[in-house]
Amino acid sequence: MTTRLPKKDVVIIGLGWTGSIMANELTGEGLEVVAIERGPWRDAPTDFPPTYMQDELRYRVRHELFLRPEQLTFTFRNKMDQTALPIRSWGAFMPPNGVGGGGVHWNAEMWRFLPSDFVLKTHLTERYGASFLPDDMTIQDWGITYDELEPFYDRFEYLCGTSGTAGNLRGQIMEGGNPFEGSRSRPYPTPAQAQPFSHTLFGKAARELGYKPFPQPSGNLSQAYTNPLGMKMGPCTYCGFCEWFGCSNYSKASPQTTILPYLVRKPNFTARDNSEVIRINLDRSGKRATGVTFVDTSGETWEQPADLVILSAYTLFNVQLLLHSKIGRPYDPVAGTGTVGRNYTHQTISTVNGFFDPKKFNFNPFIASGAIGMCIDEFNGDNFDHGPHGFVGGGYMGQVQTGARPIESTLVPPGTPKWGAAWKSAVKENYLSTVKPGTGVHGSFYAYKDIYLDLDPTYSDRFGRPLMRITMDLKENELKQNRFLTDKFAEIIKAMGASKLDVQYRKGPYDITTYQTTHLNGGAVMGSDPTTSVINRYLQSWDVPNLFVLGASAFPQNAGYNPTLTVGALAFWAATAIRTKYLKSPGRLVDA
Amino acid sequence: MKRDSQFEFCRRQLLLAGAAYFVLGASHSGATVIYDHLPWTPNAGNPPPPATLGPWHFFTGDEGRTVEALADRIIPPDPDTPGGKDSGCAVFLDRQLAGPYGRQDGLYLRPPFLKGARNQGHQSDKGPAQQYREALAALTKSCRAKFGGKAFSDLSDADKDRVLEDLEKGKLELDGADGKAFFDQLVKDLQTGFFADPIYGGNRDMVAWKMIGYPGARYNYLDWINRHNEKFPLPPVSLTGRAEWTRAER
Repeated sequence: MTTRLPKKDVVIIGLGWTGSIMANELTGEGLEVVAIERGPWRDAPTDFPPTYMQDELRYRVRHELFLRPEQLTFTFRNKMDQTALPIRSWGAFMPPNGVGGGGVHWNAEMWRFLPSDFVLKTHLTERYGASFLPDDMTIQDWGITYDELEPFYDRFEYLCGTSGTAGNLRGQIMEGGNPFEGSRSRPYPTPAQAQPFSHTLFGKAARELGYKPFPQPSGNLSQAYTNPLGMKMGPCTYCGFCEWFGCSNYSKASPQTTILPYLVRKPNFTARDNSEVIRINLDRSGKRATGVTFVDTSGETWEQPADLVILSAYTLFNVQLLLHSKIGRPYDPVAGTGTVGRNYTHQTISTVNGFFDPKKFNFNPFIASGAIGMCIDEFNGDNFDHGPHGFVGGGYMGQVQTGARPIESTLVPPGTPKWGAAWKSAVKENYLSTVKPGTGVHGSFYAYKDIYLDLDPTYSDRFGRPLMRITMDLKENELKQNRFLTDKFAEIIKAMGASKLDVQYRKGPYDITTYQTTHLNGGAVMGSDPTTSVINRYLQSWDVPNLFVLGASAFPQNAGYNPTLTVGALAFWAATAIRTKYLKSPGRLVDA
Repeated sequence: MKRDSQFEFCRRQLLLAGAAYFVLGASHSGATVIYDHLPWTPNAGNPPPPATLGPWHFFTGDEGRTVEALADRIIPPDPDTPGGKDSGCAVFLDRQLAGPYGRQDGLYLRPPFLKGARNQGHQSDKGPAQQYREALAALTKSCRAKFGGKAFSDLSDADKDRVLEDLEKGKLELDGADGKAFFDQLVKDLQTGFFADPIYGGNRDMVAWKMIGYPGARYNYLDWINRHNEKFPLPPVSLTGRAEWTRAER
């Protein structure tokens, strides 16, 4: 039996970064907003206080803060002629759950995409010719430009208190920043974080090799900061527990530290936790959303009617809910029709671990933050001539080590036994003098015809709905890109003074069991053509105009950067379109 | 506390009172309606339960002896640092197998269970607890057949290492179990116990952290971020502090 709740102006599905931003913007218009979140309410004093948050087994190895696959998972295969099997335990990525979403347990890297990333197809075709791109590559322009998005990048950076060094201030290249970044209207709100020894050494080695290293822009703050909503954050203490962990210190930007305490006091805002939206409801025409249906953890079913529906869950859940709600046309890679599930992408990641002479180097590698690091951007996007190399795309690279939690950071040089006395003494000798950059090479992942999402024919979830099927592999273009970048990265690690290197290229086939990043993108992409996009440039559904779909599911393909700053900027951009255009005249903001 | 209405309040009580339909290992599992102020209750944390001392929770006596012997070859004792057995790695594994990890709690366990490619991940309804039970029995059987009736724990160190090397290389088939997969999981689990917080039963007295120079569950290195190539001088702390904090100096 379904209980029907009183109608609201807006229902928001998922209270992570984008849901929180949108809720705050639309309550600002006086609208009655309810946010429905699948997981529990989470906050530092209850869920990750400094007395027990530094627990690698509980939070990293046993996945405490993440979704449980028994609640919802996906099936996976590399190729269309394979049988997809369920992801029974997480590996390649870690889907978030709970209030704050991925914003609770992220590292807080705050990268802007390059201006050319937004017009990728046009840019690459003009520079190299259409025949330079692989036949099955389906990259496209975003339908928005960097200059249009810049004010919203700025808003998200100032919401978060971002620590960094500007590289391009109003068109002027600034010493010490990233000279390749697009023009920014203001400096970062707070100066860059201090850098530990190995990160500093990377910067020095890169500079000596002729590169222009700069500190990674960070949502772990270098100093105390009060954001435009009056939320106060404290300086990061470099404890080395960001990634997989909640920040107990109010130093990492998250919905909990930057928005929610302000939002929750507004009389026109309500949140419901432990409640999973299972369907967006449509009227008889199929062109108008009437609200959502959700199930709470007691198994009770509720209907929440609303005039405006904001889908702001994680990438995969956005796409899955569109498919389950029969909104838009599912993508068919054989016929080349439909859009929902098309242009699904990940991130092309690799690393090089460096082993240094313990008599000369002591890195105290446990002193770090999630977004600390020194990076170079010479090999990202189209910052270099791809002509001689035979691939497109690229990424930043750097010593971005997030700490040295001992279960995962006790490495031994290549050739050492994996157990026994030799292993034990090698661990002891190397722990303090090893450089383990983690996602040291952070490459783009472009879109292809046969990499996509659809519904699985065999496996179902606890409600009996089909699981979503991931068909995903690494193509030659990405593998070539990764070999090129990883070799460049290894040169820098060697120049730091490493005596031994462990070079770990990304290799195919794509492996669902090894962690790469949680940067999944696409499947409900934005664009200017309804035959190749699910949402328009304002993130509004082409098919159901009172539905907006936020998040990285909107990326037509992935750039060589972490996605969150762009995800947050797009949420502000869409919110502004709703406030200034949609509310005045509800309907399609772009003619199809 | 301000609440929507009598109805909301009653509904919440009902949810908390009834058997939870779906418990997610979160600090609270009942659905709530939140507005007006941050939901917060004093001292409502969810600290980890410490592993209790005493007898095995999962292993039989024979299994426990075997795992202790395995732990001491995978992490052998040396003059400075105890081995896997004395540092509690077998206790760690026992408590993990008796708990959610052993039972595969929270994982997707709906059928069909089909054999797939390695990169499609583990596809079995058997959790680690059952797999360890079967593999340990098969290991004992294999050793008894090969070494004149002796169990693994009764072998010489050289013979124990030979058995482990054969498992690692996939040269030793175990009856009804995948020897290589068992070996990989065993090494991973015991080493995890060696480096995890002592609250879980391994890394007793933080011996592994002292060995490598990891200062443990600290959260403020502000004074140290700019001190480069200088050894951090403080000893490790665990989630339960340091023994000296709660025990008189002896």
